[in-house]
Amino acid sequence: MDFRLTDEQLQVEEMVRGLSRKEFAPRAAEVDEESRYPAKNHRRLAELGLLGMLYPATFGGSEAGPVSYAIALREVAGGCASTGVGMAVTNMTGEAIFRFGTDSQRGRYLPMLSAGRGAGAFALTEPGAGSDAGGLSTFAREDADGYVLDGSKVFITNGANASVTIVMALTQKAPRQISAFLVEPGTPGFSIGKSEHKMGIRGSDTVSLSFEECRVPKSSMLGAPGEGLKIALSALDGGRIGIASQAIGIARSALSTATEYAKDRRQFGQAIGEFQAIQWKLADAATELDAAQMLVFRAAFLKEKGLPYSKEASMAKLFATEAGNRVCHTALQVLGGYGYVREYPVERHLRDIRVTTIYEGTSEIQRLVISRALCG
Amino acid sequence: MVFDLTEEQRMIQDTAREFARKEVLPKAAELDEKSRFPEELIRQMAELGFMGIAVPEEYGGAGMDNVCYAIAMEEISRACASTAVIMSVNNSLACDPILKFGSEEIKREYLVPMASGKKLGCFGLTEPGAGSDAGSQKTTAVRDGDFYIVNGTKNFITNAPQADTCVLFTMTDKAKAHKGITAFVIDMKWKGVSLGKHEKKMGIRASATSSIIFEEVRVPAKNRLGNDGDGFKVALNTLDGGRIGIAAQAIGIARASFEDALAYSKDRKQFGQAICEFQAIQWMLADIATEIDAARLLTWRAAWMKDRKMRHSKESSMAKLYASETAMRAAVKGVQIHGGYGYISEYPAERHFRDAKITEIYEGTSEIQRLVIAAALLKG
Repeated sequence: MDFRLTDEQLQVEEMVRGLSRKEFAPRAAEVDEESRYPAKNHRRLAELGLLGMLYPATFGGSEAGPVSYAIALREVAGGCASTGVGMAVTNMTGEAIFRFGTDSQRGRYLPMLSAGRGAGAFALTEPGAGSDAGGLSTFAREDADGYVLDGSKVFITNGANASVTIVMALTQKAPRQISAFLVEPGTPGFSIGKSEHKMGIRGSDTVSLSFEECRVPKSSMLGAPGEGLKIALSALDGGRIGIASQAIGIARSALSTATEYAKDRRQFGQAIGEFQAIQWKLADAATELDAAQMLVFRAAFLKEKGLPYSKEASMAKLFATEAGNRVCHTALQVLGGYGYVREYPVERHLRDIRVTTIYEGTSEIQRLVISRALCG
Repeated sequence: MVFDLTEEQRMIQDTAREFARKEVLPKAAELDEKSRFPEELIRQMAELGFMGIAVPEEYGGAGMDNVCYAIAMEEISRACASTAVIMSVNNSLACDPILKFGSEEIKREYLVPMASGKKLGCFGLTEPGAGSDAGSQKTTAVRDGDFYIVNGTKNFITNAPQADTCVLFTMTDKAKAHKGITAFVIDMKWKGVSLGKHEKKMGIRASATSSIIFEEVRVPAKNRLGNDGDGFKVALNTLDGGRIGIAAQAIGIARASFEDALAYSKDRKQFGQAICEFQAIQWMLADIATEIDAARLLTWRAAWMKDRKMRHSKESSMAKLYASETAMRAAVKGVQIHGGYGYISEYPAERHFRDAKITEIYEGTSEIQRLVIAAALLKG
């Protein structure tokens, strides 16, 4: 039992915090206001080695490991949640290619992703397959030359800016067999559809994808035929550590604004931080965020050691995102009317964090994963 | 960041779990029912070194760390919260302040027998008029040559009826308010020390709680912990450690609620299937399990910081606040999952509920923990 961060982890924390405060936070309101994809931030992440944190230098990565990754993502999301989710999905895509890809796939895509030449995207969700991801209907028909994809995907983060997208599709209908494909933009028959207007993380691009007679070579399959769901679930286990960290980053920023505000704002002749009504909110928020951080670090630690961590990642994601939402609500309440206006960042934090209990597995799916592990 | 237990920590976990399952758990319902002090269990725990876990061996303790202490507390509490609080008070509230603030002579005389479990300790801070506002002590100690004369009443003192030794807080200089508080080590057999009302409680009924009355008690000056006026510091410092013990107790109780409810939900069939097949029940189980893990990590973090002599007031308060409220939520859900069976004493769920409640109150209410945490946040 040792709760210290290593020197390397401390360095990552300091570096990314500095970057996020100096460069990301000041632009976050504008990125949100204009629903503008933060391409410049994405490039900065690449320059600092933050887009390939989970694979080795041979493929352009920095192999910083899951704990450092959790720290870095938290700090980035604390400054700009939209930049954070772009980073999360790019790292997740790269890691899946590293883990399940052939050397030629790794060599083609990983240096590109870590260098920030486009983002990575992960296309699992369909109009009729949300939490029930296994119920997807995009079909990949095999013929002599490769596969032909038909179907559509929705809510795909990074979809419009991706240089490679992992697409999950059925390769066999009975019995159902799902496989994963690496699809590049510009592939005939692959088109990017409508961009969603969202409540929060508005700088992150979220699009639908459609595949019409989209032909891909056999060599574009990631892993073996039928391994698609396994790849997706494994990627999501890691992804959940990322989203949990994103939630902690957003909520910490909200709490920090609320704490400073409580010290400055005077009502009834004293700083509102002197009132127990406000103190209670801050104490509960800080306690829950510390607890969330411990759960996230534990899951990342298990992952780093190569131990099973699926239940722990779900616990971390469930707890961190639910607690994070409560904390952002609380923070807005502490600021009162000022919390509701855009002059302060807290209303954005609340809009941004709302999605974290939804994407990469809703809280309900996390509870399913956890209770299955418990009930056996 | 390493979440593995050390070999020593794993060992004490195995030992405590085994002992709790074999020796403590079978007796827990009876101890509660009869409000019987588990003398034989305390003797066995002394043999295992559980009465002074983090006290160095040279002072009669087991010489382990505070994470070990939290681990052992959780396991004993899983079986019987009453037995665990007797252990916790001895470890955290009696041994620890003497270890930290006592002279060598006092350590030899009082700490060695307590840490080895031959004698039992209690902690006299609370008074009828001084609960959360612990600084408003009315018990007085007046210097008289090489002695102090102590007068006053303490109440709600855990272990008092069986205790041999009491770490007592008194006012030596009223004008200085909380800076006029001084702590002493008292032999409960001394003339003028008597037990008052024995409380009947909602839970932790096998742990004895009574008031202690001090009438013209002559206390040698050498029995003072620290200097005149150091008492409040001694109390707060002691409670920072004690909160780790109570947090661990709360986790043990929460686990008892959870594990019993999980087993019941797999067994109990309604609407043609085990109730654990219903999402309504799965959700409760998933939430409790997640909160228990979070609480345990907060608690181990605080214990780890104490071992490294880092300042850990805020972290202890977070652990205690979160763990105790988790225990209460877990107990409520545990009863609910059992339905009617959760409400009758045939099943332990209702005992866990009664036991859990105290963890939100003693060694600093949840409200006091929030004060400590908020003060730390707003100071920065």
